[in-house]
Amino acid sequence: MEKFTEITAIAVPLDRVNVDTDAIIPKQFLKSIQRSGFGPNLFDEWRYLDHGEPGMDNSTRQINPDFVLNQARYANAKILLARDNFGCGSSREHAPWALEDFGIRVIIAPSFADIFYNNCFKNGLLPIVLPEAQVNDLFDFIEANEGGQLTVDLQEQKIHYNKTSELSFELDQFRRHCLLEGLDEIGLTLEHSDDIKAYEEKQKAITPWLF
Amino acid sequence: MAKTLYDKLWDSHVVRENDDGTSLLYIDRQLIHEVTSPQAFEGLRLAERQPWKLSANLATPDHNVPTANREQGIIDPVSKLQVDTLDENCDLFGITEFKMGDIRQGIVHVISPEQGATLPAMTLVCGDSHTSTHGAFGALAFGIGTSEVEHVLATQCLIQKKSKNMRVDVNGKLNDGVTAKDIILAIIGKIGTAGGTGYAIEFAGDAIRSLSMEGRMTLSNMAIEAGARAGMIAVDQTTIDFVKGRPYAPTEAQWPSAVDYWRDFKSDDGAYFDKIITLDASDIQPQVTWGTSPEMTISIDALIPDPEQENDVVKKEGMQAALDYMGLKAGQAINEIPVDVVFIGSCTNSRIEDIRAAAHIAKGKQVAKNIKQALVVPGSGLIKAQAEKEGLDKILLAAGFQWREPGCSMCLAMNADRLEPQERCASTSNRNFEGRQGQGGRTHLVSPAMATAAAIAGHFTRIDAR
Repeated sequence: MEKFTEITAIAVPLDRVNVDTDAIIPKQFLKSIQRSGFGPNLFDEWRYLDHGEPGMDNSTRQINPDFVLNQARYANAKILLARDNFGCGSSREHAPWALEDFGIRVIIAPSFADIFYNNCFKNGLLPIVLPEAQVNDLFDFIEANEGGQLTVDLQEQKIHYNKTSELSFELDQFRRHCLLEGLDEIGLTLEHSDDIKAYEEKQKAITPWLF
Repeated sequence: MAKTLYDKLWDSHVVRENDDGTSLLYIDRQLIHEVTSPQAFEGLRLAERQPWKLSANLATPDHNVPTANREQGIIDPVSKLQVDTLDENCDLFGITEFKMGDIRQGIVHVISPEQGATLPAMTLVCGDSHTSTHGAFGALAFGIGTSEVEHVLATQCLIQKKSKNMRVDVNGKLNDGVTAKDIILAIIGKIGTAGGTGYAIEFAGDAIRSLSMEGRMTLSNMAIEAGARAGMIAVDQTTIDFVKGRPYAPTEAQWPSAVDYWRDFKSDDGAYFDKIITLDASDIQPQVTWGTSPEMTISIDALIPDPEQENDVVKKEGMQAALDYMGLKAGQAINEIPVDVVFIGSCTNSRIEDIRAAAHIAKGKQVAKNIKQALVVPGSGLIKAQAEKEGLDKILLAAGFQWREPGCSMCLAMNADRLEPQERCASTSNRNFEGRQGQGGRTHLVSPAMATAAAIAGHFTRIDAR
């Protein structure tokens, strides 16, 4: 997994509550058996005016000019600014895969759905929870400053914008550590193989029907 | 100290506690389907890892499988590749799989309880958010992503942080025609789709206790639509009677000690809950969702709400966008809205009790002329066989319904069963998101009884269950 330390980029504002994973990556694209290649179909039903199917040449499709991701000022955005309950619905990890494949590395919202939030960290994506008022400030800043960038510093757990403005964010330290180091969680867990085996031995006596 | 059901499930599965407040949690059972597993198996192969405990896993294809003309196989090559990949992975690693031709094949969340692979007091995960279903057995069950599927395959554990405890009490006697589906929609309507985020919910109260296991599964299934990854119900005699004698249940010799162990899986008197929500069963009426989020739900006799009455600007815009998408207007009576398609199925409502409810209402009646398609999709091959034994298929077919093979079907339209743009569907599934049942499709979530009544009347209507 790619290490995450600091990122400075344009943020794209997605001003909708309850953005679900069906919207982030519609189901027809879940048929892939790969982990990559979902970026062109991120927010497919909002981004294009025609119906998308796997295997289509997306460069020839009809773009929805009203959708924020298609606006020139947000080209090359690596930060997504969102509203409450982002990522609700299905557990599909294709949602963070699609965001990551598109080039998003940070998502900022007042709240996230649990499974999506969890899935982000497994893919080098940083979901940041900020109080609603601060998220509103960021929406205002982006709206008012074309080309204005945000700097997200994971080491210091800070967001810098508008030259002097600074926000702090909270993060679970284990997740922060894994992101900073690009660690493989399975490898970390397998270091505790003896503990797992000991637990299984103990449980065999208590719940033998599970073994 | 008095513990909640969730505390007990958690504590009995902690392998080790890490310094940062996370725990390594042991997973007793993992269910696997074709959509969220290929990349997990690929990861195992790349890292040259083997599954930790083969017998903990049970697989079946469900999302992509066709529900008609199975003898032709899967026609969509992309769907076929995904199902073939599951078959190959299960064969290669030695994981038990109920393949498409097996009578035990069906929706993961239907087949596991049916087989006794879901047991009280266990931890169960699956790469599917509706894994919360299995919480109905007094189990800790939650949906995970593909990286975690791989993590469980390789280690039989997950790194988890404990959620907070919430209890939702539904007290009193349910009104006639009100089902588990109406209860859960009413709960989501009350607390919102993010109301349970960060919590593990326990459903309690005599109205919950009075539900069958099928009803309890419907309730727990949609805990995730309230934002809670897990939705549990304490073990009682109903739970134990359901499990007994199923293929994967404890043997006769193990049974008495298993029952003894399971009976403790309920919240102690005086256990602490971070949040308690209470509903009066007598206030709950049959529900129909009107918008594009499960929280947008109203009683069958109600009018579609007016965004202008909402003070929160973001919410107001959300309501208006939902009305526009759904092709509805504020103030319309929901029971006058005509329906194009009826779908009875999904991991929420495709069990034998659901099909009995549909057949009971459809008996001797005819699907209305304006209904283009009325589908009944049983949750498993065994449920289909049971329904046929009871003659339910004949009743439904005679009324004009189609009787299909088991799978997820039109709940999320990954197979051939889907809505056309602007088609309006009375659906017993769990999500009314934009495009969920097909691009531009309009979903109204309802109970099987309401879906059947809508099929007969041609529009939503108060159920006459006599």
